[in-house]
Amino acid sequence: MREMIKMVVVLTVLSCFSGGLLAYIRNGTQERIDNQVLEFVKGPAVRTIFEGASNNPITDRFTIKDGDAERTFFVGVFNGEPRGVAFETFGKGYGGDVGLMVGIDVKENKLLGVGVTTHGETPGMGAKAKSDPAFVAQYKGLSIEKPIKVTQDGGSINAISGATITSRAVSAATTEAGEIYQRLKPQVEDQIKQAIK
Amino acid sequence: MAKSLAQEFVKGLWDEVPPFRLVLGLCPVLAVTKSVENGWGMGIATTFVLVCSNVLVSCLRKVIPPKVRIACYIVIIATFVTVVELAMQAFAYPLFLKLGIFIPLIVVNCIVLGRAEAFASKNGVFRSLLDGLGIGIGFTLSLMALAAVRELLGTGSLTFWVTPIQIFGPSFQPFTFMIEAPGAFMALGLMLCLMNLAGNK
Repeated sequence: MREMIKMVVVLTVLSCFSGGLLAYIRNGTQERIDNQVLEFVKGPAVRTIFEGASNNPITDRFTIKDGDAERTFFVGVFNGEPRGVAFETFGKGYGGDVGLMVGIDVKENKLLGVGVTTHGETPGMGAKAKSDPAFVAQYKGLSIEKPIKVTQDGGSINAISGATITSRAVSAATTEAGEIYQRLKPQVEDQIKQAIK
Repeated sequence: MAKSLAQEFVKGLWDEVPPFRLVLGLCPVLAVTKSVENGWGMGIATTFVLVCSNVLVSCLRKVIPPKVRIACYIVIIATFVTVVELAMQAFAYPLFLKLGIFIPLIVVNCIVLGRAEAFASKNGVFRSLLDGLGIGIGFTLSLMALAAVRELLGTGSLTFWVTPIQIFGPSFQPFTFMIEAPGAFMALGLMLCLMNLAGNK
């Protein structure tokens, strides 16, 4: 009986101690880990969109509750004033969701640029949406107030040859980003003022 | 046959070097040795866990009841592995992306549990520390050696930190087989063979 109690006590104490230690370390590193994940997963796309920004868009970010979802916005500062926000939307691609970082010029309601973050598209075909800068460059400067479409659907974007579905996914994600931005605009502007002092 | 403290440390570097002499912990050895960078990353992570778990197991060796010792060791090891995982995510995220699943798998690495059970539970704290350090460094060096052979033949370059350094000129035709999984077995087998040849005095 004594042995039994000892076994239970030792294991319990050990587990409690271990749980406490891990919780403490987790708390301590949480923020850094979040930053690192953003830096390496979303960072490349955000940095391309905000090329030449004077701040670090990865750390200058805020979140806004949009229905059930929480959206993270990155802010780009040019010439001392916040010019753009970037956030991620998803389009239905050929191999699952295509994640798209969409940068919007807050003054002129135009696209600053877009960049694919995550995708499962076919290498050499749809994957060009990420690897070929010429494709996403077409979105630069387009207005977010009307839907963006590929030429096959009567729009202005030349689809990647052999990857119309992917091109449509990117266009749909951009259009959706425009709608979300217009819906959340008051909150976004509010938050930008708080984020950049 | 008590060994001197120095011997406890040195034995891990050659006489009992884990992948080649003990032939333990082969899963990470085969899987992550695609580049020297991965090799030392994994090696240092394992060394940290090995040293910490050895010390703690040795401290608690009189308290831990024999019947639940394995469970206690696993709790201790798993705690330190999680610490390493969090630290790596926070400070070396690109390395974490490459090593990925193999970091949590250190928990079931038989070297770590093996040293806890076979050494730390029977020896003093300082000896256990030296043992963990020796075995850990031996493991790191073995991983780096194996990774260097594979990477050099497989890509013609060596990666110590982020950027590969070209060793052979551009005319070198990479022997890509070496960085695939079967190449790992071949390289390990050949290195084991060389180690045994060198060890047979």
